Amino acid sequence: MSTTYDKIWDAHVVHAEEGRPALLYVDLHLVHEVTSPQAFEGLRLTNRKLRCPDLTYATVDHAIPTKNRNLPFADPIAAKQVGTLRQNCKDFGVRLFDLDRIEQGIVHVFGPEQGLTRPGMIIVCGDSHTATHGAFGSLAFGIGTSEVEHVLATQTLPQTKAKNFLINVEGELPFGVTSKDVILAIINQIGTAGATGYVIEYAGSTIRSLSVEGRMTVCNMSIEAGARAGLIAPDSATFEYLKGRPFSPKGDDWERSIEYWSGLPSDPDADYDRTVELDATDLAPYVTWGTSPEMSTTINDRVPDPASIGDGTKRRSYERALEYMDLEPDRSIESINIDRVFIGSCTNSRIEDLREAAKVVHGYKISGGVHGMVVPGSMQIKRQAEAEGLAAIFEDAGFEWRDAGCSMCLAMNDDVLSDGERCASTSNRNFEGRQGRGGRTHLVSPSMAAAAAIAGHFVDIRDWKFKEN
Amino acid sequence: MDKFVTHTGKAVAINLANIDTDQIIPKQFLKRIERSGYGEFLFYDWRFTPTGEIIADFVLNRSESADASILISGENFGCGSSREHAPWSLLDYGFRVVIAPSFADIFYNNSLKTGLLPVRLSPDDTLTLMERANSLPDHEICVDLDVSIVTDNQGFAAEFEINEFRKYCLVNGLDDIGLSLQYESAIDAYERSRQQNQPFLAFSS
Ligand code: SF4
Repeated sequence: MSTTYDKIWDAHVVHAEEGRPALLYVDLHLVHEVTSPQAFEGLRLTNRKLRCPDLTYATVDHAIPTKNRNLPFADPIAAKQVGTLRQNCKDFGVRLFDLDRIEQGIVHVFGPEQGLTRPGMIIVCGDSHTATHGAFGSLAFGIGTSEVEHVLATQTLPQTKAKNFLINVEGELPFGVTSKDVILAIINQIGTAGATGYVIEYAGSTIRSLSVEGRMTVCNMSIEAGARAGLIAPDSATFEYLKGRPFSPKGDDWERSIEYWSGLPSDPDADYDRTVELDATDLAPYVTWGTSPEMSTTINDRVPDPASIGDGTKRRSYERALEYMDLEPDRSIESINIDRVFIGSCTNSRIEDLREAAKVVHGYKISGGVHGMVVPGSMQIKRQAEAEGLAAIFEDAGFEWRDAGCSMCLAMNDDVLSDGERCASTSNRNFEGRQGRGGRTHLVSPSMAAAAAIAGHFVDIRDWKFKEN
Repeated sequence: MDKFVTHTGKAVAINLANIDTDQIIPKQFLKRIERSGYGEFLFYDWRFTPTGEIIADFVLNRSESADASILISGENFGCGSSREHAPWSLLDYGFRVVIAPSFADIFYNNSLKTGLLPVRLSPDDTLTLMERANSLPDHEICVDLDVSIVTDNQGFAAEFEINEFRKYCLVNGLDDIGLSLQYESAIDAYERSRQQNQPFLAFSS
């Protein structure tokens, strides 16, 4: 009668007592340069130690440059932040996958890739997109810096239990419609606060048929619906993905792990506090038109008219969004021209995403005046894409081919939109100024972003003329 | 963490839903390694032009907002990233309370851990307080955490909900880590039983 979330929760309770949050054990703590310095400093000030160095892994991703990494950072403050992480990892005995390592990458890309992420775990990271790891059937959620310090010191976290939310997606995805469109459709339907207070479980035949990479894209954006976490029950695809990864269990441990993981899917009669059904067969490619991930529509549609919205606060938000995005009501999505294209971020920077985008780009050139950038999620993905010839396809078309990092997903480094620039982006947030002050972000799938780069405006990927072969 | 028992002060209202952490504190200010000094960057892109000039008509820049210590907002305040820099910047700027119909989960948790009190009121009550804050120069709001009640000097009174344990921590200024470390032997026992019963869960490399 339990959901996957219930099972993981129950297996991690260290201490529980009436009227208090439960103390949960954390199996894996991922650390990066931006949200950790104050936490390590807190340990120093209170003379506390890192409790479990073997469950704590760090990488650099948020503030680092994605080109010319052999040179000293141009930004002294970012350099200091990365230097601080290096010193902290050394002082406290944390394994760091630094810039010179093939494992280095976006924290939510490198963890699964190295086999650190496993089903049934509780995984935390000082980053709101930690739910990405939920794709493996783990309970993974973002925490603030005080909580980072708490986990460093105790390997536990006090938590109150969230409610169970089942999102059931059924049917075969139409051609050109991807996992990114599925999650954008879900957020559009339930809203950016639609899952506040819940842990989402994504289920149904559509979710089952997604690759593990595609599942990560879906879980990644759970926070954009307000959820504490999002997860998908582990199955044979999950096991297949994990087999043989550097940190994955080996030999006997592998067999015993599979046995354990196989008990994690929700029981057939499990209770959910809320359920939403989605029919995948009538989904279309999505494009966001506003400044919140819920402000989206399908490629053949038009920008909405705020005047048609009854609720005052919502109408004001729509008006403000259109003003910021410089769009008029009823403008067709396909007529929106773009200046920049960003293919990357923990949502869509894995090898499968790059393959999808390269298929579209193959044999074409980027539209005049458009600047395109591909930023792989990890250095390992970068090398793999180069070996598969994907890098050459992007570069031949005129894309910049960068080193791994968060890059223009949050624009903390020098990959930034200028005031007024419009970008088709495979990332996860289209907030005002997210990719640079005055920058205008439209969230799309990798293939939609690639097609927009070639056409210079949004186009329906379902009508694309693929030149490959 | 500073104790929070009661707070009385002037309020400013930003009547927008989904005010996200990128607005509260833009990312270019997240590179500092300190916990303090973020107040000057609060709502940076709304307070300043790209060249750093003050945007005079933004509510926080108006002279009557100068000493406000309570922020009132639309629903889903603090959505977006997990950056604790968001509550740090609000506190450092001088806010002690944020009132909204709803908050994003991580922001809400982070606030409680930094001593900034997030107060959920109904949309109607939030709007009432917003209107009064905007129109009455002497308007003051009082938040009494001990009894979980918000009042104002115009006769408004509403109860708000907060987890009893969280309230206890705030009222006493308790440090979460210290509290959890009281259960160190339970953590030890959990780890031992893991090692015995599920040794395969350990990392192999
Ligand atoms: S890629 Fe973007 S969303 Fe993902 S961890 Fe980096 S900054 Fe956060």
